[in-house]
Amino acid sequence: MFDQPLSKIIFGRLTWESFPIHEPILLVTFAVVVLLGAGMLAAVTKYRLWGWLWREWLTSVDHKKIGIMYIILGIIMLLRGFADALMMRLQQAMAFGGSEGYLNAHHYDQIFTAHGTIMIFFVAIPLIVGIVNLVMPLQIGARDVAFPFLNSLSLWLTVAGALLVMVSLFVGEFSTAGWLNYVPVANAENSPGVGPDYYLWALQIAGVGTTLSAINMVTTILKMRAPGMTMMKMPVFTWTALCSNVLAIAIFPILTGAFALLMLDRYVGTNFFTNDLGGNPMMYWNLVWIWGHPEVYVLVLPVFGIYSEITSTFSGKRLFGYSSMVYATVVITILSYLVWLHHFFTMGSGASVNSFFGIATMVISIPTGAKIFNWLFTMYRGEIRMELPMMWVVAFMLTFVVGGMTGVLLAVPPADFVLHNSLFLVAHFHNVIIGGIVFGLFAGMYYWFPKAFGFKMDVFWGKIVFWGWVIGYWVAWTPIYIVGLMGTTRRVRYFDDPTLQPYFIIAGIGALIILVGILAFVVQIAVSIKNREKLRDTTGDPWDGRTLEWATASPPPSYNFAFTPVVHDIDAWYDMKKRGAARPQGGYQPIHMPKNTGAGVILSAIAMVLGFAMIWYMWWLAALSLAALFIVAIAHTFNYDRDFYVSVDEVERTEGEHHRLATAGA
Amino acid sequence: MSPNHATTERAAGTHGEMEGHGSKRSYLIGFGLSAILTAIPFWLVMANPLGNDGATAALVIVFAVVQILVHTVCFLHVNTQSEGGWTMVAYIFTGVILLITIAGSLWIMYHLNTNMMPGMMTEQVSQTP
Repeated sequence: MFDQPLSKIIFGRLTWESFPIHEPILLVTFAVVVLLGAGMLAAVTKYRLWGWLWREWLTSVDHKKIGIMYIILGIIMLLRGFADALMMRLQQAMAFGGSEGYLNAHHYDQIFTAHGTIMIFFVAIPLIVGIVNLVMPLQIGARDVAFPFLNSLSLWLTVAGALLVMVSLFVGEFSTAGWLNYVPVANAENSPGVGPDYYLWALQIAGVGTTLSAINMVTTILKMRAPGMTMMKMPVFTWTALCSNVLAIAIFPILTGAFALLMLDRYVGTNFFTNDLGGNPMMYWNLVWIWGHPEVYVLVLPVFGIYSEITSTFSGKRLFGYSSMVYATVVITILSYLVWLHHFFTMGSGASVNSFFGIATMVISIPTGAKIFNWLFTMYRGEIRMELPMMWVVAFMLTFVVGGMTGVLLAVPPADFVLHNSLFLVAHFHNVIIGGIVFGLFAGMYYWFPKAFGFKMDVFWGKIVFWGWVIGYWVAWTPIYIVGLMGTTRRVRYFDDPTLQPYFIIAGIGALIILVGILAFVVQIAVSIKNREKLRDTTGDPWDGRTLEWATASPPPSYNFAFTPVVHDIDAWYDMKKRGAARPQGGYQPIHMPKNTGAGVILSAIAMVLGFAMIWYMWWLAALSLAALFIVAIAHTFNYDRDFYVSVDEVERTEGEHHRLATAGA
Repeated sequence: MSPNHATTERAAGTHGEMEGHGSKRSYLIGFGLSAILTAIPFWLVMANPLGNDGATAALVIVFAVVQILVHTVCFLHVNTQSEGGWTMVAYIFTGVILLITIAGSLWIMYHLNTNMMPGMMTEQVSQTP
């Protein structure tokens, strides 16, 4: 080791050549990021916000603030992931005939890998976890989650993973092996660079966060429900959050294990997933898809919960078939473990294996279909209010059903042999992810935004967001369905057949229409903040809601409820309103709450340094940060000063103010 | 849970039931059973009384599974009552998932090995049952 040059010992693999200064696209991006970042930092310094940011947000263990920060992370990463999407659309629209497009193969491979990785792990997961964090404890009448510090740690570990992916843009490169970092491409002999290592470390760190968060949510739901809220009186969103997090607890260890084995392959030369010496690359596919398929349901189940809450609220009716909804959710939870092979029907299993997994896949569409009918029957003869959240629900039902049907089509093994790895498949999963998950996340964000901040979002810009996404989705993905059915394969950067070009140009136009929707969303946030006094909701219940989160003020006080509500009905808040239950005006008691702590931020920062050091083979830094990780974690356990009481005075003041506003408005 | 853990039971007044710490007797029974269940597989392998490697391996796995059950009952106090039955539900759920994962992977990889190994490629695929 000591006969190496000093720079090698200090910086490992990191050299000047690692910085992609020869790539003009990256240089411009880097310049923009630096300018924007410097501007932000300067603004925070100028307005002396560092202390406020640290005390009120970064170190917060309040589930609502953590939820909001998760959502902000998801939105920022959505911009990054969508930029990747635009670049791919542009490349595929250009690269025909004599033109090679503007991206070389290595760069293009990194872009589609980063797009998939970011969209699932750092957009969909943070947005879902964020909404569950924000809403679920309020829905069950709790004051926080079961383990508030763990919640903060989960958030910051996810942020650390996201930052590592972002760093790979400017220092070194990202994986080129697809969104699950497939072997054999990601094996050490085929990808000796840092790309797959960035992927593995970013996802391992973020994965720990996701697993911890799932444990936290399940414990919260099982142990901290308000008195009277039996399992079958839980709001549907809480039910779906429970099932989704149970799934996450069961599957994330499998992913972590598979990644750990691949890390061993890459770092110490084992042969788990190599082509010889007893290794088997298909075992990696098998393991990541045992995670991967249930993961789809980890994401979509809470979104089904969001749709259920919104449909019921905006139809002014109790949800049709509550118990069938719950059973459908549980059935999906179990069945989602029995379908993973449909991602690799073509790998060479015999007829019996393929038919088993094909049939299991078709069966799973039955409970999903039951849910669609439940929503339709909830709307039937309801007094439907077509506010922003409800518009997304309707768009979801129309879009998602098509994605569901192409999914059942792909579940037929012989059909899959034709369509495997085609753009038809890509169109199918974008259909269910955009039409199912993204639409639902927007619906949820519009629905609960007034709860989080105390004012509604601007309707005019909201409609532009809505139509941009809905029209853009159809224009972008219908041509991809068509070329996919004709046999065009995925992950290809150049096409020989010039007759395909019009389809890709239309798809590019569709992506631009979605861009309008995304930019309008940013504008909408700004406009809503500017007009917040006009959009203000003083009642805490702007939509005539039915579940407990609407029973408290908007934004809720740090302790959520001055008194723990008692639940008699599934639609607990609606039931209270109907019975004319009065808000208690006195007899408050001090409220026991957890204290903020910076340990989550610090641990995650160290974890990120550890990841970076391991990626670049800076062994001394890795050893140092690993030791620091243990020391800080153990030191934190000696911190006994973790709780405090909100005084009766303060509770009285907060509740009095809310009561004054709520009655003045009415 | 010691009183220091007040933060975890802070909200909603739902103080967890204090149970499931076991008795000295249950720990001793667990220890004895574990020791016996470890000793028998050692004897099976070292003395080789069965004279059949496959049967020995199968029997060792059976003892390992029983060992896991002993640990969960005697040391982890999983029973139908603790935490309102939730530990039991979680345990069974984990078992089902493990079974699906392991059995499914074995089935899939066995098929793959039979159908896709070099030399098999020219013959008709999916001869396996």
